[in-house]
Amino acid sequence: MADSANPAQAGGAHANPHGDGTNRRDFLFMLTGAAGAVGAASVAWPLIDSMNPAADVLALSSTEVNIAPVEVGQAITVVWRGKPVFVRRRTAEEIAAAEKVAVKDLPDPQPDSARVKKPEWLIVVGVCTHLGCVPLGQKLGDPRGDYGGWFCPCHGSHYDTSGRIRKGPAPANLEVPGYVFVTDTSVKIG
Amino acid sequence: MASTSAMFDNKLVKWVDERLPIFSTMQHAGMEYPTPRNLSYWWNFGSLAGFMLVVMIVTGIVLAMHYTPHADHAFASVERIMRDVNYGWLIRYIHMNGGSMFFIVVYIHMFRGLYYGSYKAPRELLWWLGLVILVLMMATAFMGYVLPWGQMSFWGATVITNLFSAVPFFGEHIVTWLWGGFSVDNPTLNRFFSLHYLLPFVIAAVVFLHIWALHTTKSNNPLGIDIKGPQDTIPFHPYYTVKDMYGVAVFLIFYALFVFFAPNMLGDPVNYVPANPLQTPPHIVPEWYFLPYYAILRAIPNKLLGVIAMFGSILIFFLTPWLDTSRVRSARYRPVYKWLFWVFVICCIALGWAGAKPPEGLALWVARIGTVYYFLHLIVLMPLVGWFERPLPVPKSIATPVLSAQPMEKA
Repeated sequence: MADSANPAQAGGAHANPHGDGTNRRDFLFMLTGAAGAVGAASVAWPLIDSMNPAADVLALSSTEVNIAPVEVGQAITVVWRGKPVFVRRRTAEEIAAAEKVAVKDLPDPQPDSARVKKPEWLIVVGVCTHLGCVPLGQKLGDPRGDYGGWFCPCHGSHYDTSGRIRKGPAPANLEVPGYVFVTDTSVKIG
Repeated sequence: MASTSAMFDNKLVKWVDERLPIFSTMQHAGMEYPTPRNLSYWWNFGSLAGFMLVVMIVTGIVLAMHYTPHADHAFASVERIMRDVNYGWLIRYIHMNGGSMFFIVVYIHMFRGLYYGSYKAPRELLWWLGLVILVLMMATAFMGYVLPWGQMSFWGATVITNLFSAVPFFGEHIVTWLWGGFSVDNPTLNRFFSLHYLLPFVIAAVVFLHIWALHTTKSNNPLGIDIKGPQDTIPFHPYYTVKDMYGVAVFLIFYALFVFFAPNMLGDPVNYVPANPLQTPPHIVPEWYFLPYYAILRAIPNKLLGVIAMFGSILIFFLTPWLDTSRVRSARYRPVYKWLFWVFVICCIALGWAGAKPPEGLALWVARIGTVYYFLHLIVLMPLVGWFERPLPVPKSIATPVLSAQPMEKA
């Protein structure tokens, strides 16, 4: 600043003689703009990230379930991360129905063996992959759809006895959460 | 500045105006504004929309003083407003039905713009700003509906936020970010309350721009022709201030019928059941003003395409200034488009009907045919009709048919 009284001459020594090129002033202008943009982005990020799940929300990420009282053919619903999880003890016919389907004909091809750890126990997140409704089929009188699994009343998606989408607008199978059998009668989800 | 300030006699007003021309600006915009002399009652709905924005902000600020934005307390705090807070029932019913009234007024305002070609040059930006207001209103209304934390609040929020999971690759991250968790829960309710309080003030700012653009290009009119000179206009005050106030009075009768005699007619009774994350109601429907879009969403048996069609059904209106190729603005002089306009109105109503029904049987087919026609009208018919249609002769000026004894058809 002190070295030049006339700002037009300061960059003039290196300026393009045609006056349409870049000079030091343009460079400083873009540098300032770039620094400003980086600064604005780095301030914006904490604000944006603050809307992601907080530490206490993440801390509630596993649930342990006692499955001893569940009889063959019964199902229970447990809450994991604020969402329902379906635990169904499948009958022999249900397992057979799930296993005999030709995998390549499915909208979201997945063999039954990839969706269970023990064939008797099917554990899936009870949230329709279309728009997030809770499908029916857990209780005795509920409609279970055309494939004996679950039926979503919101927009009519049918799931089979492996929780796979068979008919309707949902694009994917019911999600299988991460889980481990802690003992024969206890499952830890998450 | 000194010359405009000369119109004020009061010394204090004059002193202020020479330093900040707030009085002369108000004088120009609110009183002198030269308005076409032939505006019909369809032109009342702009000021009615402004009136509704004020009603919603005033009642909303008071409601926020009594409301608790927490998943465990929200439902009870709304019931407390209804039962214990002095006049709480009245303030909430005004606000709750006010949402519906706001949409009725804005939809009529928009259909008027479509009929009379108010989106055409030089009013494209004016139309765009109106569409921005519509989108902001939809976001505000959706988040406001979540606040009572009833069953329909919760499941409506779940379904609508899940629309974003259709975004390729980032869908799940976006939804988790919107929720602030792994499902719609307290963090979601908190942020929706924050944004529901913010957005009306953003709307107010865009309304300011909308009116600024209006006063730059001047109002369209039922003839759809330009203002040619002072004989075509009258000052906004007192002619249209009085007419707008009369419109507000008539509109308030209609509004009050709902508030006092049928306050829950436009709402869903299921929303008086507290939110239950483990049980979806058998039939999820949005409020009536979202039904046509909901019908479009469900008409398409593919999640991503359904979502694109739904958002596209609103965004397409940004292109109407160019999709409509006719040089005549007013449908009054467009013999073919005039009828297509009414078919389009019926199409929107039919989509609304289908959106309220479960997506099966007749309703699903009405939704599918309606969706096809909706886009056909806007993307194909509008440009084609503009080319092939032979418009009727347009009057020479606004003043001609009004002042001359000649019937308009001969003008």
